[in-house]
Amino acid sequence: MNTPAYTLDARAADATAPTPHLPGDLAIWIFILAELLAFGVFLVAYAFARSGDVAGFDARQLGLDRDAGAINTVLLLTSSFFVVRATQAVAAGACARASGWLVGAIGCGLGFVVIKVFEYAEKFGAGVTLSSSTFDMFYLSLTFFHFMHVLLGLVILAALWLGTRQRRYGPDNMNGIESGAAYWHMVDLVWLILFPLVYVMR
Amino acid sequence: MMPPDPRPIHATPARALGVWTFLIAATLVTWLVGERGAHGPAVVALMFGLAYIKGSLIILEFMALRRAPLMWRMLTLGWLTSVCAAIAIAYWKGMNS
Repeated sequence: MNTPAYTLDARAADATAPTPHLPGDLAIWIFILAELLAFGVFLVAYAFARSGDVAGFDARQLGLDRDAGAINTVLLLTSSFFVVRATQAVAAGACARASGWLVGAIGCGLGFVVIKVFEYAEKFGAGVTLSSSTFDMFYLSLTFFHFMHVLLGLVILAALWLGTRQRRYGPDNMNGIESGAAYWHMVDLVWLILFPLVYVMR
Repeated sequence: MMPPDPRPIHATPARALGVWTFLIAATLVTWLVGERGAHGPAVVALMFGLAYIKGSLIILEFMALRRAPLMWRMLTLGWLTSVCAAIAIAYWKGMNS
């Protein structure tokens, strides 16, 4: 039996359309989902703890440095943008250009770390501890949990930078850089909810 | 002439720059809300509406899940939707307690 012409046309069209594709390694996405779930529970726990003591949480929140939080948001977003540009450079076969973008991404990440360390130093100096109030407990543990992910993300970015220097990635070998990039974007994604929730919402 | 991108799942540089510009602008709005000490359900709805759009852009554009299998978009966007919805419910609960 002859295949109808329209079926052939449909197949030809399918061949040119991009097929659905998960960037990076399947394992990193399972890891990212697990991380998102942990952060999700933590963020929602904060929101419901606040609903039981709105006045107490709002009063303690006034002591946070929103400027530092906003600058850190800009740094993480810019870092993520640089990582996207690095991934695009590798996809275009320009590994040297990619390592330049990764240097920028690592620089922004380090900026986040420096600002956060100053923020913690100020808080500890003001007597903020895990047991000084429920808000402080959430603020310190949530932001520190995220901070640890920023540090791990920076180690991953450094490994990617080394990989681009050694020209280990290319248009046909994107798995490593796509996996590392996805992890770094996850760190950014969590901060995008954490910042308005803990620093601004009242 | 540049060869065609063999991995079209990654956005173009111009598109990524557009996304970054929006993300920064939305962050400035959130910062302004904090600076002015603005509060109340309308402000929180605006702020988390923006956070939801920002999160979606990170997932679809930066994480490049726009052309990923539907399941992965549902899982990640589902996470974002659930967390934002739970925060909204908790905020509403706090207003009425």
